[in-house]
Amino acid sequence: MAEHFVAPPDWLWYILFYFFLAGLSGGSYTIATLLRLRGAPEDAPLSRLGYYAAWPPLLICPILLILDLGTPLRFWHMIWNLTPGDAGLNFKYWSPMSLGVWALIVYSGIATVSFAETLARDGKLRMGLTDWLVRVMDGLLGKVFAVVGMVFALFIAGYTGVLLAVSNQPVWSDTWALGGLFLASGLSGSAALLMFLTRYRPEARASFGMLAVSERLYALLEGALIVVFVLTLLWAGTQGLVFGFPWLLLWIVVLAGLLPGLRGLVVHRLSPTGEAVVAPVAVPLLVLAGVLALRGAIIFSIQV
Amino acid sequence: MPEITPGKAYGFFTDTSVCIGCKACEVACKTWNLLEGHEPSFLDGFDNTGGLDAENWRHVQFHDNVPDQTLGSGQGSVWLMMSDVCKHCQQASCMEVCPTGAIIRTEFDSVFIQPDVCNGCRDCIAACPYDVIGANETTGVVQKCTLCYDRLQGDMMPACAQACPTESIQFGEVDVLRESAQKRVDALHAAGVSKARLYGADDSIYGGLNAFFLLMDEPSAYRLPNERNAVLPSRNNIPGYLGALVTGVLGVLGGLIAIRRRGQSPEPAEATAGGAPDGTAGAADTPDAEAREKADG
Ligand code: SF4
Repeated sequence: MAEHFVAPPDWLWYILFYFFLAGLSGGSYTIATLLRLRGAPEDAPLSRLGYYAAWPPLLICPILLILDLGTPLRFWHMIWNLTPGDAGLNFKYWSPMSLGVWALIVYSGIATVSFAETLARDGKLRMGLTDWLVRVMDGLLGKVFAVVGMVFALFIAGYTGVLLAVSNQPVWSDTWALGGLFLASGLSGSAALLMFLTRYRPEARASFGMLAVSERLYALLEGALIVVFVLTLLWAGTQGLVFGFPWLLLWIVVLAGLLPGLRGLVVHRLSPTGEAVVAPVAVPLLVLAGVLALRGAIIFSIQV
Repeated sequence: MPEITPGKAYGFFTDTSVCIGCKACEVACKTWNLLEGHEPSFLDGFDNTGGLDAENWRHVQFHDNVPDQTLGSGQGSVWLMMSDVCKHCQQASCMEVCPTGAIIRTEFDSVFIQPDVCNGCRDCIAACPYDVIGANETTGVVQKCTLCYDRLQGDMMPACAQACPTESIQFGEVDVLRESAQKRVDALHAAGVSKARLYGADDSIYGGLNAFFLLMDEPSAYRLPNERNAVLPSRNNIPGYLGALVTGVLGVLGGLIAIRRRGQSPEPAEATAGGAPDGTAGAADTPDAEAREKADG
């Protein structure tokens, strides 16, 4: 049995919502890029919706991270080391927090370019550079850019779990599954978010089937990783902390969020029709509630 | 006390077998370091500080193991007392994760948090396996024992060691302390105190602790992880990222499968048969969409 005698870092609400939004942004960007790479014109509206969805969370994420600091005005110390005699850029690849800061900066830049490009394609942004941007992005460079962006997006959605694991906290450090688990749940939540947003972009509904199928697959992936998470905790003997009362209630929401996808997989398998079209609001919201509850259970159970 | 020389490793040897729980170390530490402390609370034994944190850089633990019936002499282990402190680990978990570079190793080989560099992210709190560091609510930065860095620079031993009346806390060069600790534990074993042991004096715990202990029971009795559990946060880097990488690959594959399947999907109007989510018709072929597709080129 793993023994822990540590104090909790008090990473609470700001961090919960940062993890949630980072997962949704990264997942949306990934789905958008996959559709873009396929290049089918009928998928373009959903791809653009994905790029739109990926951006606003990135306005909020830094604010949440900064507010969580004990001295918010020193946020820039994350990138610049002020140690006398050792001043310079801070980049510690072995510290997920350091790596995450840099990845967030790069990814924010990439997602902003993609957002601007999407606005330009939709005719909502007309400036001197936008035509040029669209032209450049139409070529190979655009594809390479999107793939690089997707790698960062996947990183942003998943590193938050690794950040928790790279500690000595009970539960968090007793498993290696959190990075994958947060990533899978971010992808599943993003598919659900985009399903929801197609309500406001009707032309994107042509790709609704893709979202329904991917949501099912991501729910399966997340479910499998929850099983791995449980097994690793059983091995460490710390499962009682995260699955005890009242956290069990949050796990019920997590499972409820997985149900539509898993049910869809059983009933419709990989057929691109599905119940999601029949229950468009409740299903995505339930999935999103599950994504939030998953992070809530893991973050709060060992700290409060 | 011989001269304190930069470049040499200094630390504490805390011999719990002679600790009497007087808390002179706590008082001296707070006095020298101008720590306000908290409102006293009345906890188990004679503990009224609770643990190490931003305001308590020394904390005397009390562990009452007095049996209901007297069975033997107890051999110094029925009332365990230990003046706890930052271990100034050779492989320091706090230093490993710190993203700002605020946590440094000083010229005395101690682990020091630079208050003007720290930004209060608290990753070190999540990492320290000994529950040593706390966040100062007023300044917003994290704090812990500095091994009296300022006193060492002035050729003075740390305040706690100076105040300890029983020499339970000994300060000095780590190599010298290790030798005297070994002699002490050998003497205790010779006297029949078989449970006495050193903790952190060799490199089996975090590469060696510059503040190490002579314990009278298992490490866990003093809230110290044993050798198997004394592990660094970075152990989870590779497995954590690998797990995420495999998930990322599966996620991309899942998306590609879904896109392939979408290629076999019924026409949009059919896919949204029964009404689109907001009650409009299936809409990929709306004039708006067509216009946008044209704009797309
Ligand atoms: S005991 Fe904790 S705070 Fe002290 S050096 Fe080791 S990890 Fe850092």
